[in-house]
Amino acid sequence: MTTETNLSFDKDFVRSFSTEMNEPAWMEEFRLKAFELSETLPMPRPDKTKIDKWNFTQFETHTVKSSSYTLLAELPEEVQALIGEEAAAKNLYIQRNMTPAYISLAEELKGQGVIFTDIFTAIREHSELVQKYFLTEAVKIDEHRLIALHAALVNGGAFLYIPKNVEIKEPIHSIYLHDDADTNLFNHVIVVADDNSSVTYVENYLSTLESANGVFNIVTEVIAKAGAKVQYGAVDTLAKGITTYVNRRGSAGRDARIEWALGLMNEGNTISENTTNLMGDGAYGDTKTVVVGRGEQTQNFTTKVVHYGRNTEGYILKHGVMKDSASSIFNGIGHILHGASKSNAEQESRVLMLSEKARGDANPILLIDEDDVTAGHAASVGRVDPVQLYYLMSRGIPKKEAERLVIHGFLAPVVNQLPIEGVKKQLTAVIERKVR
Amino acid sequence: MAGSTLTIKDLHVEIDGKEILKGVNLEIKGGEIHAIMGPNGTGKSTLSSAIMGHPKYEVTSGSIMLDDQNVLEMEVDERARAGLFLAMQYPSEINGVTNADFLRSALNSRLGEGNEISLMKFIRKMDKQMEFLEMDLDMAQRYLNEGFSGGEKKRNEILQLMMLEPKIAILDEIDSGLDIDALKVVSKGINQMRGEDFGCLVITHYQRLLNYITPDYVHVMMQGRVVKSGGPELAQRLEAEGYDWIKQELGIEDETVGQEA
Repeated sequence: MTTETNLSFDKDFVRSFSTEMNEPAWMEEFRLKAFELSETLPMPRPDKTKIDKWNFTQFETHTVKSSSYTLLAELPEEVQALIGEEAAAKNLYIQRNMTPAYISLAEELKGQGVIFTDIFTAIREHSELVQKYFLTEAVKIDEHRLIALHAALVNGGAFLYIPKNVEIKEPIHSIYLHDDADTNLFNHVIVVADDNSSVTYVENYLSTLESANGVFNIVTEVIAKAGAKVQYGAVDTLAKGITTYVNRRGSAGRDARIEWALGLMNEGNTISENTTNLMGDGAYGDTKTVVVGRGEQTQNFTTKVVHYGRNTEGYILKHGVMKDSASSIFNGIGHILHGASKSNAEQESRVLMLSEKARGDANPILLIDEDDVTAGHAASVGRVDPVQLYYLMSRGIPKKEAERLVIHGFLAPVVNQLPIEGVKKQLTAVIERKVR
Repeated sequence: MAGSTLTIKDLHVEIDGKEILKGVNLEIKGGEIHAIMGPNGTGKSTLSSAIMGHPKYEVTSGSIMLDDQNVLEMEVDERARAGLFLAMQYPSEINGVTNADFLRSALNSRLGEGNEISLMKFIRKMDKQMEFLEMDLDMAQRYLNEGFSGGEKKRNEILQLMMLEPKIAILDEIDSGLDIDALKVVSKGINQMRGEDFGCLVITHYQRLLNYITPDYVHVMMQGRVVKSGGPELAQRLEAEGYDWIKQELGIEDETVGQEA
């Protein structure tokens, strides 16, 4: 087996890209160091999914140019649908492939010191702030090859900073639109909520292409400082043929809360890691994930909450439906470290398989290194109950519609609990499309 | 004549390779209420499941016709849309699907594309029927049968019956597990449906239900066949004397399926 990266990109390329983007010296050095690391570090090992045949490192283009939008009316229909009401577009970033294509932030928020911009602008204009958080606190540059490669080649993303005590009512929304088949995306999103601030951030990874060959390597870092509250919603709908590595990780300080609402609806092979590190005493992490797999895709969803602080609470709730020949692994990990006394780790994973060929596996894992804690897990994997379908059909509902009801019903307990109304609506629409 | 006719001829049904029904003959017309009585294990529920098309039951010979339509060639949902309804003994619980969404979907499937009932009209209709059945109105928003008590499930079956207005309904032990008040309410629902266009087959082992729903015809099932038919007086005699006299009359020692006379 060969594990050589054999990249089509070299140090000179990285250097010149950094120069082209007008980046400060630290960023160029950071990229070069990451590039070196990417040549030696091992690949990640998602539990129970073999990825050595997956292509995360071979691709032809790193830089694609797309035109931007001056008016929201120019946006494609699919994007319009995500934005919805005019009012919701107040705090909006749209990235088209890797090009920052539209940005808007309410004047009131600017006045309060909120920063919301594309990652390149942030690196240039808020250099020190970005440097402080870029792969330093939540995710580390040397974890494995894909993170290092990501750092070397970052070509998109957003930066959101909420100053101390600022509470943002309206959601901040990012849309990463994929409409160029040559795109390979290394997207980096940083959300920093300073002490006692609060924010709801919602993002969409959206392909308008039917299928494409490409590599998407996405890293998100959420830093919730003492007493801060971050609600993070995401609905991913990347096209068939796109191989995705997506790592969304949060770090919660003392009494901070991070709540994730994730709809992982990519059509291609996907490795998704979602980790919440409860660093401070009294920190709270909650992850709700909904998945629909279909076609031939293979996916791995690892959700993890690590308890460092005392009195921390971590909750994981995942429901997935597998259709056709789709297969998925649902790993749920609750880890309470020594010293994290009076903490509570709860998780529930449920998988429903709709066809003979669909595969689903739920692995609940509890790692407890402390005595004075509470923890619990529930997991189930099963097929649609033919007696349930019979019951629904006996009232005149056709089989397809009966299956649709059962699937919606299976996902509803998670969807209904999602803390962000917009994400709930979007997800319901995506699920409807995928299960029809 | 306005109503439909369900005709069952020489019906043989197996489950897991074991023959349960051994030649059932029955005709139910619109406007008629038939009761099938009989002790446990004689094939009553199998008959109802076979008519509706439960996946576990295999019809090996015989026929079921609804007017001129061959029921055995239809899928379960087609049978329902043709006008059959089965109030089940053990209704499924379906998580995440509200009672209202389910019923609306069922009703619209029946009405067909382009003829769907408006949401307002649907809600009014559902509220009205729920009030009639003395059901808590918030049961419309609860998940289908989930966490319902035995009595609530049975009322919910009758609610579906009243909303869907089938031509022929089969009630499979709708009275089991009901207290007297619930039994009265359920009976009230069924009596409300009575009319020229509505035929009904009530399956029960107790005469009790028939005090509230007076049948036109009473049949007794034993060993997978209808062994005796008569009018309402037959049910009363069964209530007073039990089943032994029939067994004696017919020379049956063990009335359950698998035993031969």
